[in-house]
Amino acid sequence: MAKQLIKGNEAVVKGAILAGCRYYFGYPITPASEIAEAAAFYMPRVGGTFLQAESEIASINMVYGAASGGVRAMTASSSPGISLKQEGISYAAGSELPLVIVDISRGGPGLGNIAPEQSDYNQIVKGGGHGNYKLIVLAPNSAQEMCDLTMLAFELADKYRNPVCVLADGFIGQMMEPVEFPKPVTELEDKPWAVHADAEDENKLISSIELEPERLEAHNRKLQQKYAEIQQAEIRSEAYLTDDAEIVLMGYGVVSRILQSAVDQLREEGYRVGLFRPITLWPFPDPQIKRLADRAKKFLVVEMSNGQMVEDVRLVIQGRIPVHFYNRMGGMAPSPEEIREQVIKLFEA
Amino acid sequence: MAEKVLRKAESFYPLYERKGGAAPDVTHYCPGCGHGVLHKLIAEAIDDFGIRERTILISPVGCSVFAYYYFRVGNIQAPHGRAPAVATGIKRVYPESIVISYQGDGDLAAIGGNNILQAANRGEKISVFFVNNAIYGMTGGQMAPTTLIGQKTTTSPLGRRASNEGYPMRMSELIATLEAPIYVERVALTDAKNTTKVRRAVRKALKNQIENKGFSFVEVLSICPSGWKMEPTQAKEWLTQEMMRIFPLGVYKDRSDEIEEAGVQPTVFSAQDLQDSLNLPETDSASAKREPKTGVPEKYRNPRLKIAGFGGQGVLILGVGIAQAGMDDGYHVSWLPSYGPEMRGGTANCSVNLSSRIIGSPLVTQPTVLVAMNLPSLEKFEKDVAPGGLILTDSSLVDRAPSRTDIEHLGVPATKLADELGNTRVANLVMLGAYIAYTGVLDKDVVHSSLPRFIKRKALIDLNKQAIQKGMEFVSHQVKA
Repeated sequence: MAKQLIKGNEAVVKGAILAGCRYYFGYPITPASEIAEAAAFYMPRVGGTFLQAESEIASINMVYGAASGGVRAMTASSSPGISLKQEGISYAAGSELPLVIVDISRGGPGLGNIAPEQSDYNQIVKGGGHGNYKLIVLAPNSAQEMCDLTMLAFELADKYRNPVCVLADGFIGQMMEPVEFPKPVTELEDKPWAVHADAEDENKLISSIELEPERLEAHNRKLQQKYAEIQQAEIRSEAYLTDDAEIVLMGYGVVSRILQSAVDQLREEGYRVGLFRPITLWPFPDPQIKRLADRAKKFLVVEMSNGQMVEDVRLVIQGRIPVHFYNRMGGMAPSPEEIREQVIKLFEA
Repeated sequence: MAEKVLRKAESFYPLYERKGGAAPDVTHYCPGCGHGVLHKLIAEAIDDFGIRERTILISPVGCSVFAYYYFRVGNIQAPHGRAPAVATGIKRVYPESIVISYQGDGDLAAIGGNNILQAANRGEKISVFFVNNAIYGMTGGQMAPTTLIGQKTTTSPLGRRASNEGYPMRMSELIATLEAPIYVERVALTDAKNTTKVRRAVRKALKNQIENKGFSFVEVLSICPSGWKMEPTQAKEWLTQEMMRIFPLGVYKDRSDEIEEAGVQPTVFSAQDLQDSLNLPETDSASAKREPKTGVPEKYRNPRLKIAGFGGQGVLILGVGIAQAGMDDGYHVSWLPSYGPEMRGGTANCSVNLSSRIIGSPLVTQPTVLVAMNLPSLEKFEKDVAPGGLILTDSSLVDRAPSRTDIEHLGVPATKLADELGNTRVANLVMLGAYIAYTGVLDKDVVHSSLPRFIKRKALIDLNKQAIQKGMEFVSHQVKA
């Protein structure tokens, strides 16, 4: 199929519809509103439902209700809105409901601003809501991946009966790039656990409550087992010119694009530097990072946050090689030139 | 007759296995509690209407959190207060289902206050049963939004004071003021006469949904002997004497008969071709496998553009146009706007990359081309331009040349030329014409064929072509001169 120049936020909606999603419940917030607007436009055209909810809390619970019925359903928001959704996300994880949340993150804390930041890593990857749960977290870095990873999000959500978050930032959401749309998903697997308003329903229960401690522990063990399987099977990452790299740059989302420009520039100047980019923030690419740390001399993790992912990198590397950190916050993005200077300093150190 | 009364409703599980424990045949409700009676009235109504197989019950948080132990239907347990939102979600998926939102006073009137009002206001075709017992029973007798003035609870130990906690919330009255709900009634589980009214109200609320009419709300005043620390008879007395004074029984709204019974169409997804519905591009677009234009002078190749101006000058669309034409010509492209309040008045700018290679950073921090449509834009971005870069200014508005000497400058009177065409707003496309003519990055033909993809109003296409022409002619005259 030919390419279309399209905003990342709009690519999310087209990807979702191609993945068979026909239910969108959301609340407007910059810089994610184009997702709601595109859903409002396209969902009715394909016989689907778009509903602007009264709040972020209501919208995640509407998705919870729709997902209980076994259909592919989604919502999207930006950082403060995601904070509000966390209760519902925890319930969905506890009830093992497959649903998709898109977070176009912005500057915080509090009202912060509407410029891009990556400070939602902790609230998305580490939970944010209460309880022993994990989200599968996909971090696109292009409009193409906004489509592709949204489609993958629905697939993984169904496969594991788990909420999946597509974690992007304002740049990736607002940016227009050519997107080649995949073929639509036409066959969706049955969900025998879901309520369908039919005779089988008396045996169905969508619930996260388990009063007996023994049984709640067993439920939690089962969830952890599922997470272990996901950790084994679903890691996705990308390495660029890392084979002979002495310094490995690491970042996700838009930062990985900036790092790529820096790597290209530095390579032209003869520096042996490469880029490693997690596509799944959970499951985190531990084995890939370990392997890189066997060869490289230093890591430089770059984030548009106070340093949230870098903690996970340090946990994996465990002090075997230095893990340096460089960041910008508040909606400021590092420039490739800035990164280049940092890297040269590390080479000279 | 006696046999019928004693027989348990089909819409209850024969044994409450989900409850488990030592007594799986009785409910977890306290003696005298109204929930058990209301459950029975609802289950019998479900039986009588023959809707058990398509009924979905939303259990709330509160004493009825375990309603799913008992009702032999599809069950979904919801977060505190969110039952109406969850009900909305599942009802939208299965419009032919019968969805019941069963809630208590803390759940519905406090933490979920907005959710119930909004579901009511949307006219969700669901039936809401609201048990008002003026207290939080499940958590041990704390104050509810419906707790009466002076009523002692564990969190209002001296009695509820209006000065501190406000007044009891009258939800039926509140919901009845809304346009969409079709039926709102307050009933009470006290004596046989009132219980008959509860029975009738439950049936009406379900029938309205069966007939696909609209949102029905039944508030049921109910005793909580444990929470109130009273004997059941004393509790019924208190409900009748005290609660009913604040919460008068009655029908607050009933449009059930005015609304036509409507059939339900189960959701059918449009069989229409997704390609068309989603405005996806044609598979065999001429642009699919192009290589970028060759023969562009080295210094203009693979440009990184910063395009800036004030709101209304169309700088974002100019950027989209360059990106669109670039893509159609086989380049890798990216377009990134400044967004948010900046766009609403004031200045706007965007970053555009055209490259024969995969694009790294979509942000242009060191542009090789700056298009400054006004003076503030030149002042803001001039310093960022890469050495040897090109600065285009709208010389009708920018009255000075750039101060840098290590760059190339072309002043284009874009606004003046646009005015000559009778429309100031096409100054952006004049600039596009000048840019492609000066650098050779894109051919006019490519831009022309791309125009319909970024200029949505067909009537403006010709005007924009003229604007591009103006810009190109200006450059060719310049070069000759």
